[in-house]
Amino acid sequence: MVYINGTASLSPQNSLDYNKFLEGIIEYEKDFLQSIKPNYKEYMKPIAARRMSKTVKNGIICSQKALQEAKVDIPDAIIVGTGLGIVSDTEKFLENMLNNDEKFLTPTAFIQSTHNTVAAQIALKLKCHNYNFTYVNRGFSFESAVIDAIMHINEGKRNILIGGTDEMSEHYFHIIRKNGRWKKTKVKNTELLNYTTNGAICGEGVNFFIISSEKNENTYSEIKAINTFYKPENSEEINIKLKSFLNNADTKINDIDLVITGHTGDAVGDKIYYNFLQENFRNKPASYYKHLTGEYQTANSFALWLGANILKTQIIPDFIRLNGNPISKIKNILIYNHYFDINHSFILLSQA
Amino acid sequence: MEDLTLKLKEQIIEALNLEDMEVDEIETDEPLFGEGLGLDSIDALELIVLLEKNYGIKIENPKDGQKIFYSIKTMAEYITEHKS
Amino acid sequence: MIYITGIGAISAIGNNVSENLHSLKNKITGIGKIKYLETNYKDEIPVGEVKMSDNELITALSLNKERAFTRTALFGIKAAKEAVDNAGITDINKYKTGIISATTVSGMGSSEKYYQKFLHTDFANDFIKTHEAADHTEKIADSLGIKEFMTTISTACSSSANAMMLGARLINNGILDRVIVGGADALSKFTLNGFNSLMILDREPCKPFDQDRKGLNLGEGAAYLVLESEKVVKERSKKPLAILSGYANANDAYHQTATSPEGYGPFLAMSNALKNAQLNADKIDYINVHGTGTENNDLSEGKALKKIFKNKVPKFSSTKAYTGHTLAVAGSLEAVYSVLSIQNNIIFPNLRFKNSVDDLNLIPETELIENINIEHILSNSFGFGGNGTSLVISKIR
Repeated sequence: MVYINGTASLSPQNSLDYNKFLEGIIEYEKDFLQSIKPNYKEYMKPIAARRMSKTVKNGIICSQKALQEAKVDIPDAIIVGTGLGIVSDTEKFLENMLNNDEKFLTPTAFIQSTHNTVAAQIALKLKCHNYNFTYVNRGFSFESAVIDAIMHINEGKRNILIGGTDEMSEHYFHIIRKNGRWKKTKVKNTELLNYTTNGAICGEGVNFFIISSEKNENTYSEIKAINTFYKPENSEEINIKLKSFLNNADTKINDIDLVITGHTGDAVGDKIYYNFLQENFRNKPASYYKHLTGEYQTANSFALWLGANILKTQIIPDFIRLNGNPISKIKNILIYNHYFDINHSFILLSQA
Repeated sequence: MEDLTLKLKEQIIEALNLEDMEVDEIETDEPLFGEGLGLDSIDALELIVLLEKNYGIKIENPKDGQKIFYSIKTMAEYITEHKS
Repeated sequence: MIYITGIGAISAIGNNVSENLHSLKNKITGIGKIKYLETNYKDEIPVGEVKMSDNELITALSLNKERAFTRTALFGIKAAKEAVDNAGITDINKYKTGIISATTVSGMGSSEKYYQKFLHTDFANDFIKTHEAADHTEKIADSLGIKEFMTTISTACSSSANAMMLGARLINNGILDRVIVGGADALSKFTLNGFNSLMILDREPCKPFDQDRKGLNLGEGAAYLVLESEKVVKERSKKPLAILSGYANANDAYHQTATSPEGYGPFLAMSNALKNAQLNADKIDYINVHGTGTENNDLSEGKALKKIFKNKVPKFSSTKAYTGHTLAVAGSLEAVYSVLSIQNNIIFPNLRFKNSVDDLNLIPETELIENINIEHILSNSFGFGGNGTSLVISKIR
């Protein structure tokens, strides 16, 4: 059995504290949503943080919080998923290099720009010599970390620290927007599903978890199964994948009490979610969350945070409900996500 | 010389991103590395570029940095001696 | 048991495995003057470039010129296809097959060419989409028709060694039957300037494990291996090449870029890989060391070697004197070389070595050794962020 024994989330919402999160949605009308900045001084000395960009600092804070919550000092593995890596430092070094014609370059931004910086800095902080991994596969980055953690538990390890981290920068946002991926105008997040245009709401966030082999008083939920699949041909293929996924997990459609989907406000991408719900979960309660966080490669880590918290508290905030179907006791949650129809994934969570 | 040490402190705070630090928190004689300010080998590389960019002084071997960057005082002395 | 059933490689010393082998045997280095990379350092910093232009690669692979292929993706497609062909695979989805690729910069070589135009003008092209690390893995998966499982790893210089370790674990956990593992990295101005700012690039061809070593040379390329489960190997009539018999990943947790003076992380990676392979240290016949040629790496790695092997350090060499440091590719490229060692009963020399490091007194092999029976090879990859992985590759008995 695989359990979630600690969680921590930094997002554009008040997610560092779930009680505060339940108080309500923070409204934005912006090009892209940015994570709320914590008071870094509370967590680290300025001299220790002098080279760290936002993502690295946020990763350290969330890892610390998740470890404390699960009462784990040194995890058996540190595994981070990030689609983009450390964008701010990558751009800093790149721009310095291009603007100064390859002269007067200092190494700090270059060192920090490597994709494995978050996982490495956590190891350095904890003096943790154990397995250390970083996945960088777009909408499979965080999911790969979950798969890896489950394998570690199956191999006899006890506590695995995993996280999904992504940041968005003004410049990268601007470049990717040309591609038609993001909405062309500012987005009002509270009205995300009323948009009929193409393009998603863009965002960022950092979400960490302790995955454990044993249940304790702080356990959020069990992770029963996860599966990723790449570029399905059509909705039929997605439905077939769902059936075999549930089959392998010994679970029936009717056992699912809540479906969490990754609606982004993108007409093309959301159609996939609507069809999926319509064809498989017609009268089931469903929730969405990317109006809270925006879309990013590892946004599914926020869905896992949300699902774990819902199972623990049995509370679903109104502002994430996708339909009015009645909800009774929540035992099983299915999370379905796709990143621009490239990377699809299912995660099945159960009450522990 | 005093002007130079003050300027160096400002430049170091900026170059090394020592947010929230004031110039008077850096002692002129105090070691910059190890037990002093706590800088390390990456900071030394930053300081090499700082010297090149602001004072036109090129240090070819990073090992030479150990002596030059011992303190603000040694840095200032080196700059005064080698400034073109 | 995890079998290696196919290998593919492209590097500064050859566009395929047999060209690589020929260069290794004949002491032909790939380090030289920059030809393809656009940089002000063309005449100053030697590198190990692949000796094919992007257009030549596109033509050789019969790819659509209209699509956006980064140099990293082109290397990846070339070497992964070679590995799959070498394994004699015709129906790739007959078994649950995945792809795991590793990279450090992925599409940066293209991004840096267009970045300012993308940012400051209305200009747009498909290279907007190729920046993210996953791009090259997707291009390989699409060209091989793999849909079952895909991921990309970036743990600096240990990346593709980690791809191999993950592949083995996915098979051992019953998630996959077969997996193509490896890495691809093309040289970019970004990487060259990054390493230059760290002042660890040798202005001459590098001298791993030499007292007068002055740093590393950057290289580029791709290397992939096909890993298959026992079940698949039994069902297919193709004879496997070698066994991936052990692996371990450990973190040095000492400093962002430097390895600890005593090489604790490397020591852990090597000793845990031996444990994982259930082998005593004296069973290792040859070590393909990480041996980048930097002052720090070679000294720390050497100390870790002595801690494990005491005064009986096995024959060892660094092949980075041939290829340069290919970053994310190093682990899988050197695993391919290890397979070649086992297949051909040879040990490759460590070029340009003259004097042993004062504190170490370790002398690598400097001439080609032939007709030597090699049962077990240890292959090391250590990198930034303290990430380090060691692999054990063994002969099939």
